[in-house]
Amino acid sequence: MNFYDIIFYIFAAITLLSALFVVTTRNIVHSAFYLLFTFFGVAGIYVLLGADFIAISQILIYVGGILILLLFGVMLTNKITNVEIRTGTVHMLPAAIATGIFMGAVVAVMVWTEWKSEPSVIPLTTTKDIGHLLLTDYVLIFELLGILLLVALIGAASIARRDEE
Amino acid sequence: MLHVGLTHFLIVSAILFSLGIYGIVTRKNAVMVLMGIELVLNSANINFIAFSKYGNFGLGGQVIALFVIVLAAAEAAIALAIVLNIYKTFSNVNVDEIDHLKE
Amino acid sequence: MSESLLINISIVILFLPLLGFTTVVFFGKRIPKLYLFEVAILGIALLLSIIVAYAKLSFYNTKDIVAAFTWITMGNAPSPGAINIELGFKIDNITVLMLFVVNLISFLVHVFSIEYMRGDKLYTRYFAYLGIFTFSMLGIVLTHNLLMMYIFWELVGLSSYLLIGFWFEKKSASDAAKKAFIVNRIGDIGMFVGILILFTQYKTFTFDVIYQQIAAGNIPFGSNAWLTAAGILIFMGAVGKSAQFPLHVWLPDAMEGPTPVSALIHAATMVAAGVYLVVRIFVMLTADAMLVIAVVGAFTSLVAATIALTQNDIKKVLAYSTVSQLGYMVMALGVGAYAFAFFHLVTHAFFKACLFLGSGSVIHSMHHEQDIRNMGGLKRKMPVTYYTFLISTLAISGIPLFSGFLSKDGILAGTLAFGKLTGHWFIPFIGFTVAGLTAFYMFRLVILTFHGEPRDQHKFDHAHESPFVMAAPLVVLAALSIFIWYTPNPIGAADGWVIKNWIKTPAQVVPNETRFDFMKPSTEEAKAEIHGEVTHSVEYTETMHWAHYPAMFLSLAVAGLGILFAFMFYQWEKLNADKLAEKIKPLYNFSLNKWFLDELYDMTAIAGTLSFSSILAWFDNKVVDGIVNGSATVIRFVSRMSGWFDTFVVDGFVNFTAFFSGFVGLSFRRLQTGKVQTYIVFVIFAIIILLMFFKPF
Repeated sequence: MNFYDIIFYIFAAITLLSALFVVTTRNIVHSAFYLLFTFFGVAGIYVLLGADFIAISQILIYVGGILILLLFGVMLTNKITNVEIRTGTVHMLPAAIATGIFMGAVVAVMVWTEWKSEPSVIPLTTTKDIGHLLLTDYVLIFELLGILLLVALIGAASIARRDEE
Repeated sequence: MLHVGLTHFLIVSAILFSLGIYGIVTRKNAVMVLMGIELVLNSANINFIAFSKYGNFGLGGQVIALFVIVLAAAEAAIALAIVLNIYKTFSNVNVDEIDHLKE
Repeated sequence: MSESLLINISIVILFLPLLGFTTVVFFGKRIPKLYLFEVAILGIALLLSIIVAYAKLSFYNTKDIVAAFTWITMGNAPSPGAINIELGFKIDNITVLMLFVVNLISFLVHVFSIEYMRGDKLYTRYFAYLGIFTFSMLGIVLTHNLLMMYIFWELVGLSSYLLIGFWFEKKSASDAAKKAFIVNRIGDIGMFVGILILFTQYKTFTFDVIYQQIAAGNIPFGSNAWLTAAGILIFMGAVGKSAQFPLHVWLPDAMEGPTPVSALIHAATMVAAGVYLVVRIFVMLTADAMLVIAVVGAFTSLVAATIALTQNDIKKVLAYSTVSQLGYMVMALGVGAYAFAFFHLVTHAFFKACLFLGSGSVIHSMHHEQDIRNMGGLKRKMPVTYYTFLISTLAISGIPLFSGFLSKDGILAGTLAFGKLTGHWFIPFIGFTVAGLTAFYMFRLVILTFHGEPRDQHKFDHAHESPFVMAAPLVVLAALSIFIWYTPNPIGAADGWVIKNWIKTPAQVVPNETRFDFMKPSTEEAKAEIHGEVTHSVEYTETMHWAHYPAMFLSLAVAGLGILFAFMFYQWEKLNADKLAEKIKPLYNFSLNKWFLDELYDMTAIAGTLSFSSILAWFDNKVVDGIVNGSATVIRFVSRMSGWFDTFVVDGFVNFTAFFSGFVGLSFRRLQTGKVQTYIVFVIFAIIILLMFFKPF
């Protein structure tokens, strides 16, 4: 058990625990903040896997963008009288049983499967290589994603804007 | 067993995935459902990157993960716009009450 | 002019009145004065028929032009053989003459009606009816088969029904129309049966084919009696249409129609259709059938003439005179005087139409007064009407220089020859008697109407000569009653072009043993018969020559006698008609009441039918209804049983099925919550099940 392992377990714990709180806390704002920790934990795991650019992107986009977006969503769709914005829950028990069994089954699959693993060398910094890949092998997808983002931008603005009376 | 390998990352991903599903299923509030979806997407990303590292696939997995993040951003934007519209129409965003298509 | 052009023009002539009819019927209300279109169409048809008649008689005098096509093919059944029904036209000399006569009189009647019917509220419809009538009549004339003949025959019946009942608000008019229609049906049944006898044997309706078959010795069911029966049955149709005894009763009643209609239908065309039919089937008449026809014709002419003596209604006198003259024609056909019968048909059409239109002119100017006892002295007021009427009267009475003399003399000569050759002397006897009676009652009519002093001064003062459109047809028709159109010799028609060149007696086709002796050609003439011209023996021709002068003098004598008596009674009043009537009261009443035939029919046929119907009604009420009601009761009981079964067993089962389906549906409906989250739970369960199934771990 070396230092790498310890850090993994710490990040895994942060991720899973905060995720558990995300899905169980009744207060929506609290959930959002727990989600922040989850994203941080996941970013740590990315770093452990040698994906430094992805980890930074994760923090920038998720924490800086999506999470703020979600918080705005919460704010805009609730009458803000206090911070105690609660959410109801439905069929907790069947969901708990189903996801429990599902989790067990998937984890069992993960554990019991003989993965063909082949050690590979990940460069210390991946940014340059990813940039190279994006403009060579994946350039079409890259362009398409650009268009998609534009469409999403216009679409979101169009859907959400106030109707002109 | 304590030595971290591919399996550990996959297990973390699986648990995160299940928690995401649990969130999607149990929460009434549409924004909370979106949070569950983000969890699910993150678990998928962990898988991509883990296989990218342990399967010797080069950096392709990381690039895909990047794309997933972008898609997630777009999805969040559209979904929140829709949620806002739902709120305008129904004055709440509880997904269990929005079942007009059932009739 | 080629043959096909001739046929095409004839078809155009046929369909022109139909075009007029449809146009006037559909647009008559919207377009005023559309009736003039109908009149113009008849004018065109008349012109075309003159052209056709001229072309046919000059260039194709001895040739029959036929155009036909197969209308219905019923396949080729094993035992009856191929059955094809043809439609077609046949144009021979008789056809073109009839075409001309029908179109001319129809046109003149149209012209006459413009004034006569003015102010009637169904004015345009009247012209439409005239159009459809003319169409039907032309169809009869042009057809070359019995089926089309029958179809147009019934069309004529229908259109005459419409025209007789034209003033249908009057009960008498609508009754008369019904009577005409029903009485005609009785005759038509016989005609239909006769046609079917021929069709059963020959599988065709076409005249010429049937005649060829008969000439080849193929007779219905191998028996001459059937041939006779077929002839007499088809003749029944003519009995109805041509108002022969005992079915003549409809024609006098039909005078309820407008007078121009009487002129068109009951003088020249419709009633002539019966004679025309007999002319068409003449070649297949056996001696027995001909004798029947001769007797029916002779008796009809006698009955009608005696009735006409005492009638006081101007149109009734003319009606019975028509019946009498039709009897003459039929009798002439029966005695084999084929050419003179048709000749008389033509001449009679002209002078009788003239008489009817003249009477219409009188009635019009007298404000619909028809009783001759209220007339008198009209000669001064209506000179044109008087002189045309007089010319026609002279013609019908058989006075030389006029057309009636020519044809009537021929007919009487024929009967005389017939009497000499066969010994049936009563037929010429009746013929001459009727000739005298005709002269008497026609002059009675003329004297009472036009001569002497007016008996109804008020109406007389209002009387006036008819306008030009009414007078012109009278003049034309009266002109056509002069001999010069038919023959250069005023006392003998045999030298004229009508008899000599135009009307050829066709060869009989019936087997020799069924003919009269005089209808059997002698040996050297038998060869000529192949060309279809000679049908009589030499003896007959000689007898006709012998009969010519006796018949002429005798008929002149009886006609002169009749006219003399008419003047004695009504002009000079040397004899008192009323006193004579008083003296022979029973006979007078017998004649005045038309031999009590209507009463006889009322008592026998109609009363019989009525009582038979009431018996049937009783049977219906008691027996048939009893059975029906009984079975209804039984069925109601059974229905109630089956209803119970339905309600409890069948419906129970059905309801149970429905209930079960509903129950299952309701149970499963729970699953369909409309909530995405529930579905996701299901999906998860499904994935778990799949995982367990495939056991990847």
